[in-house]
Amino acid sequence: MRIELVKRPQQSVLFSVLSPFIALALTLIAGALLFLLLGKDPVNTLYVFFIEPLRETWSLHELAVKAAPLILIAIGLSVCFLSNNWNIGAEGQFIIGAMAGSILPVMFPDFQSWIVLPLMLLMGIAGGAAYAAVPAVLKVRFNTNEILTSLMLVYVAQLFLDWMVRGPWRNPEGFNFPETRSFHEYAILPEIWSASGRAHWGFIFGLVAALALWFMMTKTLRGFEIKVLGQSPRAGRFAGFSQGRIVFFAFLLSGALAGLAGLSEVSGAIGQLRPVISPGYGFTAIIVAFLGRLNPLGVVAAGLVLALTYLGGEAAQISVGLSDKVVRVFQGMILFFVLAGDTFIHYRIRFVSAPAAAAGEASRANV
Amino acid sequence: MPLLEARGLTKIFGTLRACDHIDLKIGRGEIHALLGENGAGKSTLVKMLFGALEPTEGSILWKGEQVAVSSPREARRIGIGMVFQHFCLFDALTASENILVSLDDPAPAGAVTARARDISKAYGLPVDPNAHVGDLSVGERQRIEIIRCLLQNPELIILDEPTSVLTPQEADRLFEALEKLKEEGRSILYISHRLEEVKRICDRATVLRQGKVVSECDPRKETASSLARMMVGNEVQPVVRDKPAVQSEALLEVRDLDRKAGHPFAVALSGINLSVRAGEILGVAGVAGNGQGELFEAVSGEALQERADQVRIRGKDAGRRDISERRLMGAAFVPEERLGHAAAPAMTLSQNLLLSRYRTDARAFLNRLGMIRNSLIAHAAQRVSSAMDVRKGVEDPEASALSGGNLQKFVIGRELDRQPLVMVVNQPTWGVDAGAAARIRQALIDLAKSGSAVLVISQDLDELFEICDAIAVMHGGRLSAPIPIGDATYEKIGLLMGGAEPGHAAVSQAEAV
Amino acid sequence: MFEAILITIATAATPLLLASMGELVVERSGVLNLGVEGMMIMGAVTGFGVAAMTGSAWLGVFAAAIVGTLFSLLFGFLTLTLVTNQVATGLSLTLLGLGLSSMIGESFVGRAGVRLGALDIPYLTEIPYIGRLIFGQDPLCYISLLLTAGVSWFLFRTRAGLTLRSVGDNHSSAHALGIPVIRIRYLAVMFGGACAGLAGAYLSLVYVPQWVENMTAGRGWIALALVVFASWRPWRVLAGAYLFGAVTIGQLHAQALGYGIPPQLLSSLPYLATIIVLVLISRNRRLTMMNTPASLGRPFVPDR
Repeated sequence: MRIELVKRPQQSVLFSVLSPFIALALTLIAGALLFLLLGKDPVNTLYVFFIEPLRETWSLHELAVKAAPLILIAIGLSVCFLSNNWNIGAEGQFIIGAMAGSILPVMFPDFQSWIVLPLMLLMGIAGGAAYAAVPAVLKVRFNTNEILTSLMLVYVAQLFLDWMVRGPWRNPEGFNFPETRSFHEYAILPEIWSASGRAHWGFIFGLVAALALWFMMTKTLRGFEIKVLGQSPRAGRFAGFSQGRIVFFAFLLSGALAGLAGLSEVSGAIGQLRPVISPGYGFTAIIVAFLGRLNPLGVVAAGLVLALTYLGGEAAQISVGLSDKVVRVFQGMILFFVLAGDTFIHYRIRFVSAPAAAAGEASRANV
Repeated sequence: MPLLEARGLTKIFGTLRACDHIDLKIGRGEIHALLGENGAGKSTLVKMLFGALEPTEGSILWKGEQVAVSSPREARRIGIGMVFQHFCLFDALTASENILVSLDDPAPAGAVTARARDISKAYGLPVDPNAHVGDLSVGERQRIEIIRCLLQNPELIILDEPTSVLTPQEADRLFEALEKLKEEGRSILYISHRLEEVKRICDRATVLRQGKVVSECDPRKETASSLARMMVGNEVQPVVRDKPAVQSEALLEVRDLDRKAGHPFAVALSGINLSVRAGEILGVAGVAGNGQGELFEAVSGEALQERADQVRIRGKDAGRRDISERRLMGAAFVPEERLGHAAAPAMTLSQNLLLSRYRTDARAFLNRLGMIRNSLIAHAAQRVSSAMDVRKGVEDPEASALSGGNLQKFVIGRELDRQPLVMVVNQPTWGVDAGAAARIRQALIDLAKSGSAVLVISQDLDELFEICDAIAVMHGGRLSAPIPIGDATYEKIGLLMGGAEPGHAAVSQAEAV
Repeated sequence: MFEAILITIATAATPLLLASMGELVVERSGVLNLGVEGMMIMGAVTGFGVAAMTGSAWLGVFAAAIVGTLFSLLFGFLTLTLVTNQVATGLSLTLLGLGLSSMIGESFVGRAGVRLGALDIPYLTEIPYIGRLIFGQDPLCYISLLLTAGVSWFLFRTRAGLTLRSVGDNHSSAHALGIPVIRIRYLAVMFGGACAGLAGAYLSLVYVPQWVENMTAGRGWIALALVVFASWRPWRVLAGAYLFGAVTIGQLHAQALGYGIPPQLLSSLPYLATIIVLVLISRNRRLTMMNTPASLGRPFVPDR
């Protein structure tokens, strides 16, 4: 027996809505099997993983804290991926954005004014965008594969941050701990509703960016241009759209949002720079973008789901004694199932039994 | 007993019955024509005979015994060879590697090359074994295909539209080779929609229409028009052309256009001059791959020129302007490739309408904030569809869901809807059924009659003779001087297509100036 | 001292060579598998674990190749059977591999590993200067060199290699001629997986015989870059791998010597070198286009 794909005449609307949910369901089933394999009660563990974090207000705030960077980065990436530009270096742009924005509170701690935070935000955005501009320039000018260059720059950024916080930027009063001085009050991104939890304005930034980019992608010529060039570059050139300009646009946009995410994380959630400031948000955001079907509004929902896996992982570690490494396995599985599910949007699957001649009647019945 | 017999062969794609209970008998030593217009099911049928497609129903008898042709390999094993219309060659491999990779017997490479050389000599099919296929002309590529096929020593050879890529003279040489094969007792299944050549070389003909056999006949006893009626069914409206209404004003001019080859398999253009006047249709003939695509890119502005005056539209320099700006100057363009160039396959018709018209119709299709006005665009797409009789299943389908003919009518109608003063079309009716082709040709003639200049690049000589006021020929990146339609003959054009009379182009250009 | 450096260059180059040689075959068949990093890290954790449990480094090597192959089959099923986007699927293979390996390897952290020893041929290894260099490497290093010769011979001297190249050049033509495109690509992808698995095992059994989370540290990606750098030619991959081995070892020695340059900046040299090399090689669009397998990364759905 073999599997055959039959192209649908039109994309299936049903499956394009359903596929993320099918993927999540399959991930849960696979997850339950994994828990069983690890000797845990699957039902209870799934409950701890995915329901418990949603039951407390403070924990919902934590969800927003984790979701903020994921959403911000993934929205930019989805625009980037739709234009067929593969920026997979968001983790690096996140780090550089965070560092650029931290220049003020770390190097000029005495400069304290209400203007500091807006400046930091701008510098974070600029830093992320500038770092993302490198693969864009190399792609447009030298035809260099952006996947490899953007990824290599992640390692460079991580090493650079490590050096800075252990070296030049180390807190002079910090007992030699590898961290910068804590940000002063003017450099802290405010919490949304500090009475009930830690969620900061980064989450609001994410929602605003999602709405703005949803509008751009669905209603404006720019969104149309991005989609045309992404799907069919030759038709895009025929339309008179410029490939190079869109490469820059996509990279600068996703870099800027990743930089904003990085700055929001250090200024909203951490309050200083450390050698490691991200549990891989830049990579997890790739999963978020695909789970959200590259739609900015879908990305918001997907960002919350992936944020939940982080919280669930922590919860399961505490109450069931599950390794926190399981989280990354979970996230990896989601992406696999999402990609497999996308096939059903464009194709129907047909199972064909081996002897071809005998299949005549059967396949007719299938039509 | 026939060599090959097909009984009730049927192939269904989705809901489309591409072949519907087809019966076919091919005798030994016979050249058998398979006639039918584009989309009639010819290619599907032969792909089933060659094992490249699996029949939904029906059986194939080879020398009287039922066989299951499960793969091309199996077909070759029993003695069926095939020369594809879209050659199955590998650009990055050499000619001899291309031959080697298709063979199933494990003979050493040296022996195969030697045998290939013998065949190449015996049938008059010269090929350089060490050349990369990507660098070869279409005619040379076809020779590799034929040699590759003959190496298997087949009893039945299937040729799918072999002359569509050849000059008339090259076609003559092919016919000689076919006669020779026939004398050796081999059978040939010859697929074509060119009636004259079928009458000339074929012994029997099976005619397909909409997936069904409509007639089996002796083509020599039929007239071209009776064969055409069988193929098309109802009479196709003949294209009506009044006396040419050419005016003096040149709306599109190309002057001393040179262009370097942009990528390894591209053709460089050199010294191209042409001018199309209001009311005129100028045809550009030529064998595929002689620079037509590159010329289209240069004229349309997909590729810019070095000097502004190398392309002039309506008397203004346009050489440094991009495609959108040239559209704003009143020009419209339809490239050769429908899916992926003229239209984005996964986008709807209305989105594809916006694709080429967001600048020229910005005021209608975009509001002041740059937002897309979907309902107005959908309305315009509907207008284009009804003007060109585009048949579609749903209101606003994706481009890839349309048949070739209907999509072509749409992408041409999309430009005509603007009433452009300059229209440049590459291969307007390639792979399009007769009804749609006639409609498109008529539309181009009507556009010229209304005072526009039309440049038609085509490999279909019949088409050019039908609609053009003058024909120029491209060969090796050069363009000959235009020959007025009154003086043009197939032979003259054919010689130019084959690159005969080197220097002819330059000389006659000098005369024309 | 100088001799020692040369020997370690081979150690740094071998995992790159193994992984890129596998990916070269995959890409020559027209498939772009960006999951090298993921398959490699799975090989590393498997190799370490099996060797530690059984005490046999060779069993570890073998198991790593098997797991690399199985992992690549996951990629193959998605991209070849379900025709998913190759770039995204490769990325997901990497993400899944990194996650899965850190979960599996959690209990291995800090455990002593088994080392796959270097060869020691009496007399030959004792030849001064070149003895250790030429005859005293570890077995996998020789295997990687043999692999280079083997792949080169296979691709350009055998019918099967010609068929594989034809599939990578134009899958539609190949299909029409009756060449089993999908089957050939599955085999190529599996070969790539096995090689990546070996490369991973090399890291955890020879390079640093222990398990460290994320220990591939981007080598899978550098291997991908090497294939581009080498214009899809086996012997150039070899040259590239040793060049990168030299850069890696060079910066390690520079770190040891001090010089006052921060170690993090030196550590980032191999990554920066990768970028520079990629820029230099891809600048010439014409050349890139000539060398790149024409079907690379394009989805293929056979019509039947």
